[in-house]
Amino acid sequence: MFANLDFDVIRRALPYLFFEGMTFTLTLTALAALGGLVFGTALALMRLSGFKILGRVAGVYVDFMRSLPLVLVIFWFYFLVPYIGQWVTGASRPISVGAFASSLITFIMFEAAYFSEIMRAGIQSISRGQPAAASALGLTYAQTMRYVVLPQAFRNMLPVLITQTIVLFQDTSLVYVLSITDFLGAASKVAQRDGRLVEMYLFAAVVYFTISCIASFGVRRLQARIAIIR
Amino acid sequence: MNYNWNWGIFFQPNPMGTGTYLDMLLSGLVLTLKTAALAWVIALITGSLVGVMRTLPSKGANWFGFAYVEFFRNMPLLVQLFLWFFVLPELLPKAAGTWMKQLPNAPFWTAAIGIGFFMSARVAVQLQAGIGSLPRGQKMAATALGLTTVQAYRYVLLPMAFRIILPPLTSEFLNTIKNTAVAITIGLLELTGQARSMQEFSFQVFEAFTAATVLYLLVNAVVVTAMRFLERWVAIPGYITGK
Repeated sequence: MFANLDFDVIRRALPYLFFEGMTFTLTLTALAALGGLVFGTALALMRLSGFKILGRVAGVYVDFMRSLPLVLVIFWFYFLVPYIGQWVTGASRPISVGAFASSLITFIMFEAAYFSEIMRAGIQSISRGQPAAASALGLTYAQTMRYVVLPQAFRNMLPVLITQTIVLFQDTSLVYVLSITDFLGAASKVAQRDGRLVEMYLFAAVVYFTISCIASFGVRRLQARIAIIR
Repeated sequence: MNYNWNWGIFFQPNPMGTGTYLDMLLSGLVLTLKTAALAWVIALITGSLVGVMRTLPSKGANWFGFAYVEFFRNMPLLVQLFLWFFVLPELLPKAAGTWMKQLPNAPFWTAAIGIGFFMSARVAVQLQAGIGSLPRGQKMAATALGLTTVQAYRYVLLPMAFRIILPPLTSEFLNTIKNTAVAITIGLLELTGQARSMQEFSFQVFEAFTAATVLYLLVNAVVVTAMRFLERWVAIPGYITGK
């Protein structure tokens, strides 16, 4: 079954796979999670703000993003971002955006919808007395959110946020459809160059599996620790 | 924006000779729905089996259920599809591998099976949570009535658990439909794939993707509405959502 496989091809490709591919994947994951969290929190605050129009806009955005496949959204932004760039900068033709910037924008906009639902649940899990007490102390709305509500919401939702980031880490492999050299893209390029599909895809699967497993194990431990404190 | 809009493009003949561009997109939609339906059947059946195994009072069954879920949850769907499509035929005995590679509609079967097993892990987790949310007394009462374990699950636990997890199952079904788009990477010409090839043939990027987007939103709306009816139809009297 494994008789005519050449696992040395993996060893030779290791520097390329990790220094090019995995660096791209991890950078994209980290920045997209950060950006998604910021935008997602903004969307959640809009939905809970009490202004009908703001809430409606955020709700439509979230529902819209969540009913589209990520692959379609990746294509959308890949073609749309150059035109938006042209409109923003006032250039005469669509500007060229690098593969990294394009996929980063895509994932931030897409993940914001998912992070916003998590943050909304987190904010709603804070008891009503807390913002009431904060405004009794004379804190403004911004201060209440900044110092009282959001830190607790973030802390309560930390396991869910990390779980969503693990999903995001796996989803970044979909930039494959734009022939970008992320980890899977790098593995696939070596696989096709050397005609070693079996070895490279098995190796890629093992690497994704190991990283996700370790991360979700960490989430379970974190969850146990947080559960005791509350 | 200096983009040449041309909404009439949908009614122009496509270069494949299979009618208009609109026909091309609709055939993609049909393939999306077919793939999703088959994948969902696989996901429901295997997911239910594994979900039940995780709640059985047997250490072996629990462990198998745990390993199964972790295995399918910790790899990107794209990588799993590649494993089914490129790797599995090479690792099987030669005759079986050749048969798999020469299968007509290989991308369709691969996508349905791959997405089905990927989603089954999620269904299993939901069902486990659903069974876990039932009061312990239900299982005990079933046992006290003399029901075997199989009968207890069949007549008492599962009918309740499935009703409870109907809303999360709805979103998992929607996820199944959305995930079929990943199969574009193994050459399945489903809705996103057809929109992409329409864009390549006609250069009308935004019309093609707008149409695909609208179709996905429509499918979503139909599924959500249908499931809401189903929820009301199977609701248990006496519960918050009951009649």
